Amino acid sequence: MNKIHFTIHATLLLVMPLLLLGIIGKTKAAFAGRVGPPLLQPYYDVLKLLRKGSVFSRTTTWVFKAGPVVGIVTALFAAALVPLGGHLAPVSFEGDLILFAYLFGLGRFFTVAAALDTGSSFEGMGGAREVTFSCLTEPALFFGLIVLTRLSGSLSLTTMIGAGLGESWRHGGASLVLVAFSMFIVLLTETCRIPIDDPNTHLELTMIHEVMVLDHGGPALGLIHYAAALKLFILGSLVMRIVIPYSGNTWAAWGVFAAGMVLLAVLIGVVESTMARLRMAQVPILLVAACLLSALGIVLVAR
Amino acid sequence: MHSLVAPLLVLVLLFNLFLLGTSRLQAVVNASAAQGVLLGVLTLCMHEGFNGWVVLITLVTILVKGVLIPGMLLRAIRDAAIRREIEPFIGFLPCLLLGALGTGASLIFARTLPLAPQHVGSLLVPAAMATVWSGFLVLTTRRKAINQVVGYLVLENGIYIMGLTLLEAMPFMVEMGVLLDLFVGIFVMGIILNHIRREFSSLDTTHLSALKE
Repeated sequence: MNKIHFTIHATLLLVMPLLLLGIIGKTKAAFAGRVGPPLLQPYYDVLKLLRKGSVFSRTTTWVFKAGPVVGIVTALFAAALVPLGGHLAPVSFEGDLILFAYLFGLGRFFTVAAALDTGSSFEGMGGAREVTFSCLTEPALFFGLIVLTRLSGSLSLTTMIGAGLGESWRHGGASLVLVAFSMFIVLLTETCRIPIDDPNTHLELTMIHEVMVLDHGGPALGLIHYAAALKLFILGSLVMRIVIPYSGNTWAAWGVFAAGMVLLAVLIGVVESTMARLRMAQVPILLVAACLLSALGIVLVAR
Repeated sequence: MHSLVAPLLVLVLLFNLFLLGTSRLQAVVNASAAQGVLLGVLTLCMHEGFNGWVVLITLVTILVKGVLIPGMLLRAIRDAAIRREIEPFIGFLPCLLLGALGTGASLIFARTLPLAPQHVGSLLVPAAMATVWSGFLVLTTRRKAINQVVGYLVLENGIYIMGLTLLEAMPFMVEMGVLLDLFVGIFVMGIILNHIRREFSSLDTTHLSALKE
């Protein structure tokens, strides 16, 4: 039985992340009154990139090549730790939430190191921004995880956002509302979406994530795109699970999960279409607010 | 209905933080309007069972706090053609931190208060104190008169939440009287705003300290 669920888990990881990007694109196009690119455009893009040859600058070293590889591997490993839709995660043990948070940290470290390795000042700027903002999202993420830990009495993600979450809503609903908001801001920041960063922008001075990968091309860029989509999918599944703690029929739970993720993608598309990007100096205010929200969540549960 | 009270109060707290951290006046007024609507819904949720008076109070609260007053303020913003609070006395980030600190402190402080047994675990009292504190912060740290009016409104929202604890004891006429007072107060403030704008062609209240005979 578990084998089937793990297979579904792995299939979703391979199939759904890029689809979410397509849905976001379609939502934004609908808001702008355009037809927009096809729903499967992100797949075409990644497949096209994977077929290309690689070009590496002579100033770069192995660090530059390690960046995308470590990025994808850490994202896939983190994805194996997260229970999707309340099912058992393929890998889970007591305390895996720390590993989960720091796998992203490791991936980020290598992406930034690869950006610095090119010696380009623009990429250095992007790396500095990425690290600065992630300093502020990490406490928000951890405070949120502490609230979930406190409510479920467990240090493993599978139990924290597993079947007992519906029960937690009954006695800790107030703090879960706060955590959901805070996690959503973390999601937007970590995946570099509006209002923190514009994924479509092509002006180096305003970019965060995109500017770090300017020198990557071909398969490496394809891997980076897929890893970014995977990150959106994983963090999104956390937010979605907190908002929709459905735990009934195991097969229906997969359906609810997939529908929830589509809903989340539409929501991100709506946020991107209706909001302007914040000025760089205002981003920390938003991130501190996210930290405060989940900190208040802790105060509420610990009270 | 009672299970909705805690999440609604948390949303009220979220709007407090939003008000403290944002500079665009229109967004500030809209957030205070949304908070007013939430308070109306909260009144409905607090009552056991429906009756005509409760529905009437809810509707009047939503109408006054969510539509009439914000409408007047939005009009004032349009007339004065101002968009943002440029330079508050205390910056947005410190304000946000102070607001969150106050909210946390009120959550802890409320536990030490000798409350009626039915309010001991509830969020009503801490949320009321936190909202009063946030309103006070907005009222004192912003330069623009419109923002100060919003601060006053949020402060009043906090008092309204505190009043919800007395729901069974408070007669209908008192609630209506409070809403009427609020409405007249904002009305007078609107007139003052208009006069300030005419005199100085801006709504910055620091000009008022330079008044001379």
